[in-house]
Amino acid sequence: MKLNEEEQDILSGKAGPVACQALQHQIKVGEFFGAEDFVPVTQAHIMADSESLGEAGVRWLEGLAAVTEGQRQVRVPTITDPRGTDFAKAAFLGQKSAMLDLERRTISAFVKLGVAMTDTCINYQTIQAPTRNEHVAFGDTGVVIYSNSICGARSNFEGGPSALAAGLTARTPRYGFHLPGQRRATLHVQVEFAPASLNEWGALGGVIGRIAGNYWAVPVIEGLEGTPRSDQLKHFGAAMASFGSVALFHLVGLTPEAGRLFDIAPAGLPSHRIARADVDALRKSYHSDGRVDVVVFSAPQLSLFELRDLADLCEGRRFAVPLLAVTSPQVKPDSDRMGYTARIEGAGGTVLSGMCFYQSYAREIAEANGWKRLATNSAKMVNILGGYGYQPILASMEECVDAAVSGNLA
Amino acid sequence: MIMTAKVFHARHAMGRTVRGPALVARDGFSARYDLDRIAGIFSRPTHKLAGQSYVGKILVLDTAKGGVASAWMLHEMTSRAVVPLALVLNSVNPILAQGAALGDVPMLAGFDEDITAAVPNGTEVEVNPTMGMLTVVAR
Repeated sequence: MKLNEEEQDILSGKAGPVACQALQHQIKVGEFFGAEDFVPVTQAHIMADSESLGEAGVRWLEGLAAVTEGQRQVRVPTITDPRGTDFAKAAFLGQKSAMLDLERRTISAFVKLGVAMTDTCINYQTIQAPTRNEHVAFGDTGVVIYSNSICGARSNFEGGPSALAAGLTARTPRYGFHLPGQRRATLHVQVEFAPASLNEWGALGGVIGRIAGNYWAVPVIEGLEGTPRSDQLKHFGAAMASFGSVALFHLVGLTPEAGRLFDIAPAGLPSHRIARADVDALRKSYHSDGRVDVVVFSAPQLSLFELRDLADLCEGRRFAVPLLAVTSPQVKPDSDRMGYTARIEGAGGTVLSGMCFYQSYAREIAEANGWKRLATNSAKMVNILGGYGYQPILASMEECVDAAVSGNLA
Repeated sequence: MIMTAKVFHARHAMGRTVRGPALVARDGFSARYDLDRIAGIFSRPTHKLAGQSYVGKILVLDTAKGGVASAWMLHEMTSRAVVPLALVLNSVNPILAQGAALGDVPMLAGFDEDITAAVPNGTEVEVNPTMGMLTVVAR
């Protein structure tokens, strides 16, 4: 890779060993993908729950945080994805003290590195949405696909180590979706039904993700009526990224780079039609024996509006099985102030903050609580939790609340 | 003993040269979605390698799937020596490349043919990232 004078100085150790190690990591990744040089970034977002890091990852972070020589802190605003727990609710979840100790050590190391512990995967709704053409280094696939597609920002999937490296060096290798040519559509999708509920938006995203099939595929989508809301596009994108590793899509006439189809799509793209039956088939592929052990709203964290809708559905209900609603530390205080938290918890639910269900030792908390059959309106989560031993079921928010009351979901 | 070899060239390569048995499937790879990382097996019921151990195997798969956690998890798996010997994929996303860089897992990606169809399951293969080569050795 071509390095400018500042980058050569970092590499030679003039900024200290932390920045040097970060740049070395970035060069290794950049050269793997044939990046010619670096591009400056304005923000970084780090996915780093302690389940993913493990003891080895936490020690690696603590090693960086213990360095006293040269620059140790990030150079651009750098924030975090959800943690592996809500400390206030860890006992309820059945998490063990060793898990919480790892989380505390992780937080302590990040703070020393100058990272802001926002603990959210909806930073584009709550912290600061990136602007069109803003180069950023975001982790969490849902954050990246929303930022790229809806905001028109430029980011690759940056895993925790690479996002931290970008924060420390204020740059990232210029490859993938930092390049205009990579952002052109590679397949066309015609949607022939109108998704309504969030689980339908998620399922549609999942179907498109499966068709697209890999990171370098860029779907351009037509046929969606009206103007989707942020929460709908949040579930749509998060599921597309989860099912297909997709990082960018275009909605003709809606998203910034696709005013007209030919602005973004070369002629002769492979085209696919998606009908309601395709989305129903995805939903039906997740089923159980009708019983439900737990209901979870998470992945992505809930917005204030989602919590409001959930609170309305909880009115006059009494849950027979646990219902968990997970939001960000930025939204939770507003949910408390507006009375949404009290209404959800008054029905027997639990509102958690700063974590995400599947990033919080999902296998261990399933074993601790006897949770296997899990109902959710998150298509992203049903895609993930099979690997953790769950039988996930995808349903609407209304159906999930009913299931929490009856313990059943057909 | 007569040795014959078939060689495939990768456009993207990283890490050390290793040799071992290939575990092959036309399916994706995500450390969080697909694996029981403690037991060292594929655990997602719908994965084509469900129930099989990946430890010490050279995984030959189609593409990287899922979320960003693999960027940390390969490092953690390496620390416990419950990790694939190398990763060979038709296409790879940045997360797996970043994870392989931190976790010191050799990786090849990007071939002129479907590498999951070209490499027989269970055969001995050599991954040589310096040369960008995957060699299938038949005895």
